Amino acid sequence: MTKSNAKAYWKENIRYVLILLLVWFLVSYGAGIIFKDVLNNIKLGGFKLGFWFAQQGSMYVFVILIFVYVRLMNKLDKKYGYDE
Amino acid sequence: MSSMMLVAPLDVQNWTYIFVGITFAIYIGIAIWSRASSTKEFYVAGGGVSPLANGMATAADWMSAASFISMAGIISFAGYDGAVYLMGWTGGYVLLALLLAPYLRKFGKFTVPDFIGDRYYSKTARLVAVFCALLVSFTYVAGQMRGVGIVFSRFLEVDINTGVIIGMIIVLFYAVLGGMKGITYTQVAQYCVLIFAFMVPAIFISIQMTGNPIPQLGFGGKLADGSGTYLLDKLDGLSTELGFTEYTEGSKSLIDVFAITLALMVGTAGLPHVIVRFFTVKRVKDARKSAGIALLLIAILYTTAPAVAVFARTNMIETVSNQPYSGVPEWFKKWETTGLITFTDKNNDGRIQYVADASKNELVVDRDIMVLANPEIANLPGWVIALVAAGGLAAALSTAAGLLLVISASVSHDLIKKVIKPSISEKGELVAARLSAVGAVCVAGYFGIHPPGFVAAVVALAFGLAAASFFPAIILGVFYKRMNKEGAIAGMVVGITSMLLYMIKYKLGWFDDVVPDKSAWWFGISPEGFGTVAMILNFVVSITIMKFTPAPPEEVQDIVENIRIPSGAGEATH
Repeated sequence: MTKSNAKAYWKENIRYVLILLLVWFLVSYGAGIIFKDVLNNIKLGGFKLGFWFAQQGSMYVFVILIFVYVRLMNKLDKKYGYDE
Repeated sequence: MSSMMLVAPLDVQNWTYIFVGITFAIYIGIAIWSRASSTKEFYVAGGGVSPLANGMATAADWMSAASFISMAGIISFAGYDGAVYLMGWTGGYVLLALLLAPYLRKFGKFTVPDFIGDRYYSKTARLVAVFCALLVSFTYVAGQMRGVGIVFSRFLEVDINTGVIIGMIIVLFYAVLGGMKGITYTQVAQYCVLIFAFMVPAIFISIQMTGNPIPQLGFGGKLADGSGTYLLDKLDGLSTELGFTEYTEGSKSLIDVFAITLALMVGTAGLPHVIVRFFTVKRVKDARKSAGIALLLIAILYTTAPAVAVFARTNMIETVSNQPYSGVPEWFKKWETTGLITFTDKNNDGRIQYVADASKNELVVDRDIMVLANPEIANLPGWVIALVAAGGLAAALSTAAGLLLVISASVSHDLIKKVIKPSISEKGELVAARLSAVGAVCVAGYFGIHPPGFVAAVVALAFGLAAASFFPAIILGVFYKRMNKEGAIAGMVVGITSMLLYMIKYKLGWFDDVVPDKSAWWFGISPEGFGTVAMILNFVVSITIMKFTPAPPEEVQDIVENIRIPSGAGEATH
């Protein structure tokens, strides 16, 4: 494996991580905290939406994010020959 | 429901003896089956744990007495504000999976101080890390032992101290005998016990109150009484009627909610007993996957807890508010004898006034009892109540064991093997590891018998300490090749010192003889949230000092490049 291969792999990895962390930030700190009051004007059944994001929705998204990351990285490992 | 309790052949206490007896027998059986015979088995369970088993063990390791016993109770009193624990203690896994676990697994050593010591090519860095690991773990383990004591004293009606000692003996048995190997497989069993024990009453109560068997949906649904009112609307109404803030609104400031959530998330990712679990799997891809499985299994409890909080809060208000004291149910009397519920009839009308105004309020309920009392408040059958006791014990013991392992590995591996006596034999190190585990259990037991306040409050501070020390050092170690020992050491020292000072001043009040008022907090950030500030300080100091000091040696830069590539992880070694 050459050094440039490793560099390219690392660059793509960082891009994935940044995108996923942006979503991570938006659902928790965004929807659940900063914009909670605005979102609370919308109702989802008995839930106010901001409250729902803070106490339910963000956690569902967290789980999904990790599994998306696992899939992306497994593919990336294969692409660069780091799979085992 | 009450007729069901009458015809039940066994009472709650007998059911509790049966469940606790069976589960303890299972834990001891596993301990004997999985004895550790090498340091590698003792520290990282031999390195061949499957992602599923590691995910389950991580989940049990992670979910402590605070998650099981205290969290839903705290949320039921804090309403919206309780979200800091929910998001904080789950969101950290995203950071762990994306930023830490794969690289630390690739690095392939036994402990977190191992990484810090090697990456920063310095004994001082290793010693600072050992100090942080011990401080964080002891703060955290104190809360677990207190949880064990509460469960024993209430359900088996033994003295709290006796309860703590029984718990110590059990943990001692499988942690000392099996090390990480014993702990891993007991934790798998403990996850099953605790999740079952948490879900069964939650499902029962959800059906009772809303007709929906899924608690996560039930608490956003309408009441089962046919009134057509949403449960949350009703609770908001009850809360404002009694003078409390609306349940779904909360009363903490936005900046504090933000800071606490971030401190808990980052702290989660920096906790040594969680990180070290990822050393036990075979490959880097297994580390990523088991982080996902762990969070999924954790989320089952964490998404149910806010539902339990709403059910318990509504039920409690309806059962006691403005009711005659002479007619209170049996659970109320029982908890009163433990001192965790107190009633003072201030206006002498014989009724319980439960209101926000402290001068008129007559009822004080300890937040720690909400989950334990919830099945009784809802009149569930005796075996369900007993199940909760076994679950609480599983949660407390599994976390305690994980922490004890970190403590013993820090002493036997990082201090004795790496610093004091490098010539020690494999066998000698294993003996040292076992002896340190015994010592750690005794210290933990002491904290359990002389508990430092609220379980969750103390645990929350452990996160601040982890956030202030390990998280920046590890992140910079992986993502910033130029980061050197001078920067990392200075960062960790400044981070943990500022966190400790803030905690001592604003949480414990040791500097002023009284705990200062909220208005004195820096930027309106509570001690629980200060981990965020201390973490930022750590990052700033690390990077600034690094700019003025030499780059790390070539071979260390090579290590960094190597851990960024997932293949060839091999097995964990000295």
